[in-house]
Amino acid sequence: MAYEAVIGLECHIQLRTRSKMFCDCPVEFGAAPNSNVCPVCLGLPGALPKTNRAAIDAALRLGLALGCAVRAESVFARKNYFYPDMPKNYQITQYDRPLCVGGALPLSLDGVTREIALTRIHAEEDTGKSFHPERHGDRRVSRVDFNRAGVPLLELVTEPVLREPAECAAFLTALRRLVRWLDISDGDMEKGQLRCDANVSIRPAGSSGFGVKTELKNLNSIKGVEKGLTAEIARQAGVLAAGGRIEQATLLYDADHDRLAVMRSKEYAHDYRYFPDPDLPALEVDEAWRESARAALPELPWARAARVAERYGVPAYDAAVLCDQRDLADYYEECAAGADGKLASNWLMTEMLRVLKERGWPLAEWRGRVPAGRLRAFLAKVAAKELPGPLAKQVFAWMVDEPGAVEELLARHGVRAQGSADELRPLVRQVIEENPGPVTQYLGGRTATLGFLVGQVMKKSGGQAVPQAVKELLEAELAGRAISGS
Amino acid sequence: MSGHHTSAPELWKRSARALAAAVAAGECDALAAVNAGWEGPAAAWERDVHAVVHADPGARAAGAAASAPGPLRGVPVVVKDNLCTTEYPTTCCSRILAGYHPPYDATVVERLRAAGAVVTAKGNMDEFAMGSSTEYSCYGPTRNPYDLARVPGGSSGGPAAAVAYGLAPLALGSDTGGSVRQPAAFCGVFGLKPTYGRLSRYGLVAFGSSLDQVGIFARHAGDVATAYAALAGPDPRDATTRTTPAPDVSGWDLGVAGLSFGWPANLWKEGVEAEVVAAMEEAAAALERAGARRVTFDFLPGEYSVATYYLVATAEASSNLARFDGVRYGFRHADGADVRALYTRTRSAGFGPEVQRRILLGTYALSAGYYDAYYLTAQRARTRIRREYAAAFARCDLMLMPAAPTLAFRLGEKVDDPLAMYLSDIFTIGANLAGIPGFTVPLGLAGDGGRTGAGLPRGIQLLGPEDAEPALLRAGRVIEMGGERARLPRAHESEFAWPTRR
Repeated sequence: MAYEAVIGLECHIQLRTRSKMFCDCPVEFGAAPNSNVCPVCLGLPGALPKTNRAAIDAALRLGLALGCAVRAESVFARKNYFYPDMPKNYQITQYDRPLCVGGALPLSLDGVTREIALTRIHAEEDTGKSFHPERHGDRRVSRVDFNRAGVPLLELVTEPVLREPAECAAFLTALRRLVRWLDISDGDMEKGQLRCDANVSIRPAGSSGFGVKTELKNLNSIKGVEKGLTAEIARQAGVLAAGGRIEQATLLYDADHDRLAVMRSKEYAHDYRYFPDPDLPALEVDEAWRESARAALPELPWARAARVAERYGVPAYDAAVLCDQRDLADYYEECAAGADGKLASNWLMTEMLRVLKERGWPLAEWRGRVPAGRLRAFLAKVAAKELPGPLAKQVFAWMVDEPGAVEELLARHGVRAQGSADELRPLVRQVIEENPGPVTQYLGGRTATLGFLVGQVMKKSGGQAVPQAVKELLEAELAGRAISGS
Repeated sequence: MSGHHTSAPELWKRSARALAAAVAAGECDALAAVNAGWEGPAAAWERDVHAVVHADPGARAAGAAASAPGPLRGVPVVVKDNLCTTEYPTTCCSRILAGYHPPYDATVVERLRAAGAVVTAKGNMDEFAMGSSTEYSCYGPTRNPYDLARVPGGSSGGPAAAVAYGLAPLALGSDTGGSVRQPAAFCGVFGLKPTYGRLSRYGLVAFGSSLDQVGIFARHAGDVATAYAALAGPDPRDATTRTTPAPDVSGWDLGVAGLSFGWPANLWKEGVEAEVVAAMEEAAAALERAGARRVTFDFLPGEYSVATYYLVATAEASSNLARFDGVRYGFRHADGADVRALYTRTRSAGFGPEVQRRILLGTYALSAGYYDAYYLTAQRARTRIRREYAAAFARCDLMLMPAAPTLAFRLGEKVDDPLAMYLSDIFTIGANLAGIPGFTVPLGLAGDGGRTGAGLPRGIQLLGPEDAEPALLRAGRVIEMGGERARLPRAHESEFAWPTRR
């Protein structure tokens, strides 16, 4: 029997606010263990939380970008369970009255755009980090670092509308792009800034019921999400094919060995005893707050890609690549302003992105070296056919590492583009004289021979001739001969 | 009413305001003021009463040296052991916090210091404020200074007793269900539980967060007003504090002319002791003499309030006390083979029986399948209780109520009967559920008229709507002065009904 999977994702996004969710401690990576802590995030007796409005602002940005409804009054709740890296032995989160409900993330996959419906987005605090266990003689020692305890998190939950592991990977890629675009998180899964758990069940293809679901945890990369889900769907299909039943359970995915292990089965499911946190009054987001967050939203990536494609006449694929990052899109638009949009897109997508990749640079580094104005001037010369192809590439490479306008770079390297008929005519005539065979072939209708002749002129110019100009001049000269010779 | 002293009383007998004035005037130095209760006749009481669990002469001296100019300059204050102080341990009188030294001061402690006061000791209490007699302390019980065979009330029994016998003129406690007002009545001192959100809870080790409020003990109404003015107001570190400025209580001596007070006509069915009824009548008479109007109507402080209270308070407590696990601070059981065993053994050995009972109750009330029946129902009942109080305050400015149905009971009398202990809170828990202020006012000692409890302190309770502290203090001052018609100078203080040793 053919099965289809029903998948819902639960994503955690670590916010890049200056301070933690409920105290003033800085949010900072790589600090010495237990250095960014205070009575509040250590859960010391008597300490009380206070809500970081910047984190709520970030939640509003994401929620509004995804078309969620924002609750005017949402409630922080306590999720009670014991774990040594959770200082209070409860987590402050939102439960039955989350900040954002509904909404959808538009997803383009294989040229088809789907809206992935969301259930909710809410704000909560992160836990600390445990390090297990070290052996000290015959004792095992676990260590806990509370720097991460209280760092703001958003939890985003999708409806069970995803069907394919690849689609889930695409969803996470799009979500990562969005949180970076909105400047609320670095979204790096390897660093735990974006985390994903998946609920998955399978059912006979085409049916509308739901099978028994399992929860997958420890999906530490986008690739891991895809591989883990693929493994679990195969496992479930295998169980059903063998006449077995799926047991509700939480599984851990081990990406290194592509293996699934049961973390806990249903009978050990936690009772979290959620109840409204009496230390925090209901979170009120009035219209003014909500609308100021909405007004602060940048143009969203999917809208921008559509506009860029339309306005600069580039293919949808190019527009999607250019709008993968907000600063890239900004840079592209600055470069393309008043220029040939497709030409700009070609240079950015092939040459610039290659250099960034090779050198591991962020775009900011590039922009420092090649501001948009500089690239625009370069593109203008290319568009005016003043820089022959190979020379243009050479000039582009010089621009990355050297200052100066195009003319200065050419002069510094003793190179000059030869494009005028007066400069080129002697070379062209010389080549025609020296190659009677190819000339006769060309005149006899084998026009492909022109390329050979252009090459000969280029060689004589030491590579400085503008090929288009050479080609035009050759054609004119040879046309004269054809007429005079006939 | 005496009070016209021929010579200034000994320092330890003075009110906080009088002491601060003496220090400000250079009549005595701050160290003498701070140490008065530790050196004078009062000091001998502590051996029997056991009001204090942490004290340190060095910390007192340092505090006196650092005492800032302010309305409480040089005034010694006993602070309940669930308020964080940097110079003393803060243990909530629980083994599980043995030796715990907080790295920060509670906001109210900071504000005490800013007003010039000096914390001279940590007061005994029922473990984690769970109790009504101060018998559930890991350090042993506090005794009532008026009768050592009796309890001082609880859970803030230590601070109440310390003020009563003269260790300090001022003390802070906490009141989750009456833990300031009931011991104030049992010890014959003033005890204010302010409106919820008026005194910061930051640094008060939480019991029932939506009910907890820091409260003030003193021997004089004017001292309560002075302390309230120094402590009340918004705190950015406590999101449940009210953001508006606290009401102005500087008119605490302006009398009650034109004020109305409710008289619960049906209360006598509730098993209230005759001495308490007599105190209620005296208080009502004093208020009437001073020009207040009595409004008589039936009022029961919520038939369901005890059940509601014990669901809300225990549910919150079960979560609030989860952090005491032996991982980061306090007591850790030596035998923790793995983390589960560490939790179980630490908590089983670290918490006393009453605390364990309440954690289990609260955990049950929040559990899947029971949440709706217990926690949610209790929340609905709480809303109804709020409405009942609001309806009462539509008919009068203040309500006169007993603080407890009895005078101080005997040690051991209720310690094995949790339900009887819980029912002793019946008149106080409504204010916590409704978030309104309550004020216990002492009415001297029970007379020798053949009734039980002769020589024991009597107190009544005044309740008001939110932010009614100014009216409560005025009424308290009127009762303190026996309802004298003429307004007396603020410096005029009644003679406190000191305990005598027997």
